[in-house]
Amino acid sequence: MATFEEQLVEHRVYLMRFARLQLRNDAWAEDAVSETVLAALSKPQTFSNRSQLKTWLVGILKHKVIDMIRLNCREMAIPDSGMGNDSDELDKLAFQADGHFVNAPNDWGDPQQTLQQNQFFQVLDICMEKLPPALGRVFLMREWLELSCDEVCKELSVTPTNLYVQLHRARLRLQECLNVSWFGRLKA
Amino acid sequence: TKFTLLRRTCQEAAALVIAREDRQLKLSDAVALKLHMMACKACPQFENQVLTMRSAMAKWRDAA
Repeated sequence: MATFEEQLVEHRVYLMRFARLQLRNDAWAEDAVSETVLAALSKPQTFSNRSQLKTWLVGILKHKVIDMIRLNCREMAIPDSGMGNDSDELDKLAFQADGHFVNAPNDWGDPQQTLQQNQFFQVLDICMEKLPPALGRVFLMREWLELSCDEVCKELSVTPTNLYVQLHRARLRLQECLNVSWFGRLKA
Repeated sequence: TKFTLLRRTCQEAAALVIAREDRQLKLSDAVALKLHMMACKACPQFENQVLTMRSAMAKWRDAA
């Protein structure tokens, strides 16, 4: 049976995946994962087998990722709402000048059926990776780190209005990516 | 008129459906969205996409 240390090493790749997805910077992700492994090694007695080791490690990683965001928040500056307005481009493609849809939205079918397919989540991962770094970070701060909008604003020193614009863009892009990469493919 | 105040285009309704994922809508927006959804065929489909995304992220989070 693998020792505690060996099990930690085995989970490193898994932890890197999430750290990289959230931080969008390999060096910061490496640091966050290393800090996570160090914290786990220094207090193995706090792992009480009540949860999976992986789950426990992700709990530590989330704290380390937030620490990393605080350390590097200046370099993570969110672009001004007026810049890089790709959602406006998406809006132009999706809506007519009078505000009606150009084409009616796709029927995504039964969500329960969709969410039972592992392949769907592989596509979702790819779509999240494709989000521009600033959008990916704020989206995952909400959806993975589960921070409130107030907390995200505080950590990144942005106004709520700016944050809502960025989240709108992130959600719209992700939805469009799934439309094309998963639901559009099923329709074809 | 009050009716004009509560009118929303599909584009505005779609923006409200997305905004609802991150913040509570103003009461006037929530009512206007409800009225639009009752009268529109396309927007409930868009809302279904957003709700599917919400479920997908919840499941993804559980797995993570």
